[in-house]
Amino acid sequence: MSSDNPRQSIYDSTAPSTDTRDSRIGEGPDDRFNSKLREAFGSTPFILTKFDKFMNWVRGNSMFMLQFGIACCSIEMIHTYAIKHDLDRFGAGVPRASPRQADVMIVPGTIVSKFGPRMKRVYDQMPEPKFVVGMGSCTISGGPFQEGYNVVKGAEEIIPIDIHVPGCPPRPEALVYGVAKLQERIRNGESSPVVVKPYELEQFGDLEKDELVQKLASEIDEDDLVMRYNWADSP
Amino acid sequence: MSSGLERTRPVETTEDDLEALLGDRALARDDHLNAPGFVIRPDDVQDVLSDLRDEAGFDHLSCLTAQQYEDRYESIYHMKKYADPTQEVSIVVPTTTDDPVSESAAPVFRTADWHEREAFDLVGIDYEGHPDPRRILLPETWQGHPLSLDYDQEKPQLVTLSEHANPIQPDHHDAESDTMFLNIGPHHPATHGVLHVKTVLDGETVVDVDPDVGYLHRCEEQMCQQGTYRHQIMPYPDRWDYVSAGLLNEWAYARAAEDLADIEVPEYAQIIRTMGAELCRIASHMLALGTFCLDVYGDFTAVFQYAFRDREVVQDILEDLTGQRLMFNYFRLGGVAWDLPEPREEFIAKTRDFLDELPAKVDEYNDMVTSNEIFQVRCIDTGVLEPEVAKDYGCTGPVARGSGVDYDIRRDDPYGYYSELDWDVITDDGCDNYSRVLCRMREVEESAKIIEQCLDLLEDWPEDEREIQANVPRTLKPDADTEVYRAVEGAKGELGIYIRSDGTDKPGRFKIRSPCYHNLSALGEMTQGEYIPDLIASLGSLDIVLGEVDR
Repeated sequence: MSSDNPRQSIYDSTAPSTDTRDSRIGEGPDDRFNSKLREAFGSTPFILTKFDKFMNWVRGNSMFMLQFGIACCSIEMIHTYAIKHDLDRFGAGVPRASPRQADVMIVPGTIVSKFGPRMKRVYDQMPEPKFVVGMGSCTISGGPFQEGYNVVKGAEEIIPIDIHVPGCPPRPEALVYGVAKLQERIRNGESSPVVVKPYELEQFGDLEKDELVQKLASEIDEDDLVMRYNWADSP
Repeated sequence: MSSGLERTRPVETTEDDLEALLGDRALARDDHLNAPGFVIRPDDVQDVLSDLRDEAGFDHLSCLTAQQYEDRYESIYHMKKYADPTQEVSIVVPTTTDDPVSESAAPVFRTADWHEREAFDLVGIDYEGHPDPRRILLPETWQGHPLSLDYDQEKPQLVTLSEHANPIQPDHHDAESDTMFLNIGPHHPATHGVLHVKTVLDGETVVDVDPDVGYLHRCEEQMCQQGTYRHQIMPYPDRWDYVSAGLLNEWAYARAAEDLADIEVPEYAQIIRTMGAELCRIASHMLALGTFCLDVYGDFTAVFQYAFRDREVVQDILEDLTGQRLMFNYFRLGGVAWDLPEPREEFIAKTRDFLDELPAKVDEYNDMVTSNEIFQVRCIDTGVLEPEVAKDYGCTGPVARGSGVDYDIRRDDPYGYYSELDWDVITDDGCDNYSRVLCRMREVEESAKIIEQCLDLLEDWPEDEREIQANVPRTLKPDADTEVYRAVEGAKGELGIYIRSDGTDKPGRFKIRSPCYHNLSALGEMTQGEYIPDLIASLGSLDIVLGEVDR
């Protein structure tokens, strides 16, 4: 429709043009929005549901992901967001750069000792309710680097994880499946499992005064947050 | 057949020349497979290295390997010439176990700064006179040196999450000015992973930059030292530079180990390797371009998605070839895992289709990116890296070539099938962000040329001569105390590997020379005095991968 075809209202009648609107509204109840949701309501515009159920349904269908690249898996994660796989089709493709705007965190890679406290901090900054997808073997057990002196044996040592996507790295299809599964769980109102988290951020002053703490006492401030890794107890 | 591949090489420095140059500073010989080695005293390091650089032209401190033996510590400086990397010399500096102190080479080569910090961090050698003797990969509060012989991995460790103090304030240099300290990362979209850049700003101008790495230090060297040569090491190189550069990295290990164990690779396998490696280079450069545009334009749309569209095609081809999208594990010592997929014609046709479409796509990128005025304003004359500075920091790959350093291991120290093919080394004298991007884009075209020629060869190869693997023993046990340092041209630059065998089927020491690590060390030099958006652009144009920086 270009400018050399003037609109009907200009060359025809000057009466308000209502025919398009009328045809869109059609007979019976107003279904201009034509959504599946509206169809599901039938002829009445009222629904009766539990508020929680409604909220879960909304949450599951509008997930804001945290833009969080760690290691190899993040390349496949970018591919999942990018064309061809396009995670946005599933209502979950808006990567947010700030954790304060995100409600799902995909952990795409190996967590090492230096990054553990930072990841915990990023997780803590996300508003509730928040969900975590662990992507790849490293977030399950440390993966191929499990025996490394510096590698945390799975992201679940630090933060709770709702969905594990195995693979090294998982294909984009696998991640899409994982996200879809997470949506399903959220819609059903299932909460994440409570796991034992051995590694917490603690104030240095609160730690038990063992050999290591005494050695570092001159370097670290009492108020500083620290994470203590007990490698010997790790799985 | 090769046309642009001949280069004038400097006069060779023979072993006699070296012996004469070092005189009685050379205590003994400790030859490696790749180079003559000279043992020197720990307090002669600066002297010897600066003589080698100024008198004999060894201007590339390629790698520093630190290791501990039962009776001593040892630092090995692997020196090369930018003009001819086949001329190498190893300077071996032993120190005692009780007092591992060695003179720092940082005043001679600035790249030694980060090398020595890493050696101190992981092995525990102290470098006297080092300007900044801190840990680099592990947290400051770490106890022990993990690659030393007496390290106990079971001991608990503490890691702090403290706010970083303004490094300018304590010595009151800037009491008058109002500089601001800014942490960029470790979780930030512009850092391409988990890099932490400590930045000091004066208004919008960058005063000081200190890249803080180690947020992805996955103990790759330890992992490789625990694996057997034959099969267990090969999966790890895929995970160093994980931006689809897998085959390039695998080749680094394959080249070093094949030299160590004296394995001859069949010609047919070399062609497949060359083709696969160049496909990886295209995929890697596409991501570099896409993320660079993401950094500069700041959107997740057009160029980024275009680059990923093309990467998908390359990854499809690589998946057909290797069976994996990202972590290929396709090379074997002595060849490759399997031949081209059947039906062969289909694979070749598919790859050719990609190559046929590539010029149009490259034009599209040129339209959208390099000829875009806004892009040019952002990139030209920002992040300037002078060639001499680039050499001083040990920069290689597109970063060095974008500064006019004509250095490409594929041509200068040939391996694989490169010397038989017709292609060019791309250099650009701009020294800025723009020329680095341009270099990568033109390298994509050169890679396409290489792949094209490989496909022609593969297509006509007689069916009964398709030998994909040499005959390699099931267990490899190279002779004890054989040492080799070999490098290949990875997507980011010179990827070198040092292996010392100890007579078993696992390496005694496995050291990775990562190109990104050294390219990143030049960031401060490139960005001081520039605006903060240029810092982000410079970081993007270095095209670092944290998996390879931290290893």
